[in-house]
Amino acid sequence: MNNLLVYCEIDEGNVADVSLELLTKGRSLANTLGCKVEAVAIGSKLDHIAAQVFPYGVDVLHLFDDERLYPYTSQPHAAIMVKLFKEEEPQIALMGASCIGRDLGPRVSSAAGSGLTADCTQLEIGDHEEKKEEKVYQNLLYQIRPAFGGNIVATIVNPVCRPQMATVREGVMKKAIYDENYKGEIIKHKVTDYVADTDFAVQVIDREIAKSKINIKNSPIVVAGGYGVGSKENFQMLFDLANLIGAQVGASRAAVDAGFCEHERQVGQTGVTVHPKLYIACGISGQIQHIAGMQDSSIIISINSDPNAPINAIADYVITGNVEDVIPKMIKYYKKNTK
Amino acid sequence: MSLKIIVLAKQVPDTRNVGKDAMKEDGTVNRAALPAIFNPEDLNALEQALRLKDAFPGTTVTLLTMGPGRAAEIIREGLYRGADGGYLLSDRAFAGADTLATSYALSMAIRKIGDFDLIISGRQAIDGDTAQVGPQVAEKLKIPQVTYAEEILGVKDGKIRVKRRLEHGVETVESSLPLLITVNGTAPECRPRNARFIQKYKYARTKSERVTDPEHAFAELGEARPYLNLTEWGVADVDADVKLCGLSGSPTKVKQVVNVVFAAKESKSMSGSDADVEGLIKELLSNKIIG
Repeated sequence: MNNLLVYCEIDEGNVADVSLELLTKGRSLANTLGCKVEAVAIGSKLDHIAAQVFPYGVDVLHLFDDERLYPYTSQPHAAIMVKLFKEEEPQIALMGASCIGRDLGPRVSSAAGSGLTADCTQLEIGDHEEKKEEKVYQNLLYQIRPAFGGNIVATIVNPVCRPQMATVREGVMKKAIYDENYKGEIIKHKVTDYVADTDFAVQVIDREIAKSKINIKNSPIVVAGGYGVGSKENFQMLFDLANLIGAQVGASRAAVDAGFCEHERQVGQTGVTVHPKLYIACGISGQIQHIAGMQDSSIIISINSDPNAPINAIADYVITGNVEDVIPKMIKYYKKNTK
Repeated sequence: MSLKIIVLAKQVPDTRNVGKDAMKEDGTVNRAALPAIFNPEDLNALEQALRLKDAFPGTTVTLLTMGPGRAAEIIREGLYRGADGGYLLSDRAFAGADTLATSYALSMAIRKIGDFDLIISGRQAIDGDTAQVGPQVAEKLKIPQVTYAEEILGVKDGKIRVKRRLEHGVETVESSLPLLITVNGTAPECRPRNARFIQKYKYARTKSERVTDPEHAFAELGEARPYLNLTEWGVADVDADVKLCGLSGSPTKVKQVVNVVFAAKESKSMSGSDADVEGLIKELLSNKIIG
């Protein structure tokens, strides 16, 4: 009892990457705490889920299989999670900070009266002293996230309410197999014990979900532009360089908000987290939210007209100059030296 | 058919344009240095509500906000754009609320307002980016929710159709009413202020505003034109349990807040000259970082 529980997002019978990343993190936290990892899969045609999740160190898999449960809608999934919390009394519950997790998490937390921290960038176990109560709470989940527009980083704890809930974006945690031969227990639940017909107030009429063509998460090189790139037209230069050197184009939130490129390319706490071998930051000042999403890049080049741009502090190479001058030169000299 | 719509809105510090003086020496946020604005996605939400009002005459759009006294500014901002009225939830006991305590307070105020068909809010506020309050209010009111909405497609026979914008595509859903909807920033922008509404509502004030600013009290105006009185409620007015409000009603506690200093690397500085750029490209190629 009092285990760590991960809600697994299912897309056409497959567990989403973000959930596998959380299982990986969850396994390591559970080892620290000395508890089990429980996974929850809610949807239909879930026969292949067990084989997908057990290698990540799942001890118990809860299956809720009913064709009305796919595609996802808020209330039925929330009803299952709330009742399961009562039965299993987990100490920690993790969900992806995706459209599903950010819809489900708050609804469940409200019903359970539990604290929820969104978009965590780190999760750790540690103690917390409430000075007023003169009480030390042991082995709490530290939920660490940038806040206030990325100007500060806050550590949040839930001293009393259980489970301690957190969401994490895709790509923030690393996905790694725990043990190929790990086997857990499968519990098939009777869905009608958990969900009422009235929970199906919202019906999905139509879905057009494209497999994303943009995959900056796994790209070995990312050429990213910020507000300093100046315009959508100037962004084209970044695409030219990226095509040439086999990179993907990323962007800061400011550039996305300004309409320079699409949201799928946003790097940072509210976008994608990347770990490329080379990250070229063009006209990006380097707010904490952005840095949180790219600081693990092996080599960082910053091109900025401001020599004091915060991102320069974490860059390996700092080019002080205008993006629209430097990028064409990079293209030119790359071509010249690779002939 | 007409609808009763409540729009949840928040006055937020403009964290998008943070200057160098946004942080105090001690590492806390200097709120005074940041302009207070109508949370951007709440404006998208207001526009969706106003479109329903255009489509269905007799529809009323009421704003509900929680915050300090000056948050009444965004109620006026909403009235200038076409809303019909507004409520300000303001009480010291609400201070320090996390999302759960906030949604509790808002849900109690909504119960006090009473009858509604739709609650519409922005997906998230830019000072927290949590996107939690909308779904939590829906849960507290025991009504369904549709998040990430981009467009309300129509209302017919007590059913509403909504287009949602998700990570990799769009989804159309249908729901019964009442319903809570949260609206994305990808939805149409809010219409501008209307000169006629500015004239009509420029003296709209809460009770506290009339007290703190006696020169502009316009008390007699408020008596003659009741729509100039913006309702202001505290904990007791909405029958809220004070233990569930503010800091005491918040299960999450902030353990620590730090200004993050990233481990500075030894970086190589260069200019954007041809020689420097070519030197860098050659170095990257020879180290097989690119190539």
